Amino acid sequence: MGIIKAINLAFEYIRRDEEGNVEGILRAVDGVNLDIEQGDFIAILGHNGSGKSTLAKHFNALLHPTEGSVWVEGKDTADAASVWDIRQTAGMVFQNPDNQIIGQVVEEDVGFGPENLSVPTEQIWERVEESLKAVGMYKFRKHSPNKLSGGQKQRVSIAGVIAMHPRCIILDEPTAMLDPNGRKEVIRAVRALNQAEGITVILITHYMEEVVYADKVYVMDDGKVVMQGEPRTIFSQVEELRRLRLDVPQVTELAYELKKSGLPLPDGILTIDELVEELKKLKCSGTGVDYVIDS
Amino acid sequence: MLRDITLGQYYQTESVIHRLDPRVKLVATICYILSLFLVDSVWGYLAAGLFLAVMIRLSHVPFKFMVKGMKAIILLLALTVAFNLFLTPGEPLVSVWKLTITKEGVRVAVMMAVRLTFLIIGSSVMTLTTTPNNLTDGMEKLMKPLRKIRVPVHEIAMMMSIALRFIPILLEETDKIMKAQIARGADFESGSILKKARALVPLLVPLFISAFRRANDLAMAMEARCYRGGDNRTKMKPLIYQRRDRLAYIVLALYLVGCFVIG
Repeated sequence: MGIIKAINLAFEYIRRDEEGNVEGILRAVDGVNLDIEQGDFIAILGHNGSGKSTLAKHFNALLHPTEGSVWVEGKDTADAASVWDIRQTAGMVFQNPDNQIIGQVVEEDVGFGPENLSVPTEQIWERVEESLKAVGMYKFRKHSPNKLSGGQKQRVSIAGVIAMHPRCIILDEPTAMLDPNGRKEVIRAVRALNQAEGITVILITHYMEEVVYADKVYVMDDGKVVMQGEPRTIFSQVEELRRLRLDVPQVTELAYELKKSGLPLPDGILTIDELVEELKKLKCSGTGVDYVIDS
Repeated sequence: MLRDITLGQYYQTESVIHRLDPRVKLVATICYILSLFLVDSVWGYLAAGLFLAVMIRLSHVPFKFMVKGMKAIILLLALTVAFNLFLTPGEPLVSVWKLTITKEGVRVAVMMAVRLTFLIIGSSVMTLTTTPNNLTDGMEKLMKPLRKIRVPVHEIAMMMSIALRFIPILLEETDKIMKAQIARGADFESGSILKKARALVPLLVPLFISAFRRANDLAMAMEARCYRGGDNRTKMKPLIYQRRDRLAYIVLALYLVGCFVIG
């Protein structure tokens, strides 16, 4: 059994009127089964309202399943006694960096989690130092969070989670409010954590470029997991993704269009380098290139 | 422009006063204010003035920053002096039209002016040398005994520090909303006070909504980081009394005794 497992998970938002009568029920997550292995980099994709954020909040016991169950390291999230253990094991980073930084100084914010876990003072300082170094924000430790850029703030948020020594980090659209540079910064930091420290990463996003490096991708639509597999397999199904209102990475799309117009390219090209390599191969063998030039 | 606002009025520099435990400074400020209302002679005021002058000198904060705090209360000061000057009954000194200045009036007016000035400058010494964060920490620890009578001390301190963290963010947001509305023809500048106040309503509504949303997000983020109130929490920067803090308490005690003796 992996670190996080969801069995037939369903969650309903119930809207009530002023008297408390049920006005409407929204089934945000519907029959989801997941099994995530320790050390994996997992991406969950989906357009707005597909239920991916709701799903993420279950991994941290912020929401409890309406039906089915979620297990984190063998503990049931519905069990009130293990809530704090679960939140320590599976840390969570949210979308808006401003709304999750509590401290008025970077280092104090990173120390907030360990303080809550009753870690002794000297160890808090050690943890703060190592976590800030892990995301490359150590030299900003004395700064006020208000003076940092979006990407930097989000890296501080990540450091704040790492300081709790989680085995898994769930990032709920961490880059949605950032500029392209900030996005790169954050994703680089997350990948480094995954590779260097072996922390399981669950990245929820709708930016396809960020998913390329994942070990496994889940695509959600209307509360259900509709596709799952390696990025290459997922992105080779361009038509299907479009139907789910998702874009494939630009390079993949280019390769797809080239293939459609006759070039013998393989499916699911994910990076620019890959496409260049494939095109070079074609040029050497001489096939197809003439065709493109001709048409 | 709103981004530049500094909160509290902390003045960053190195000094003994800066390094003191915030609890010492809080207690000292309270005692000092009390002493101002206890003394009742010229010598007492001189002692208070001397004590204040030494503290200012030790704090390495330029004197003009201390006086800045006075600007806010200049009107209050003028009114107090005027009322005391003219309305204290006693032996008449000068009489102009219906107003009479009495000898007692002059005495009380001067005393009140000195008291208020010392009070404001005295508390400025504290706020200028202590970061708002440190101050809330100090208050939390000082008020800890109140928990026995169910005062939610930790919660109050947490609320204060979160408020301090969000004030700049909300100010920035106000600025943004204001600009967005000005761009669509809103007018915040002209008209009477009433009209200006009414123009602020469409500004406050979105601001409140966003503040609630932020509060919701923050609460969730705090829970996700295992926050469950003040019990069993350790401190990253615990307040521990050092030798200099004990010394400071002794100095304070000596000052208080001195004040009592002089009167």
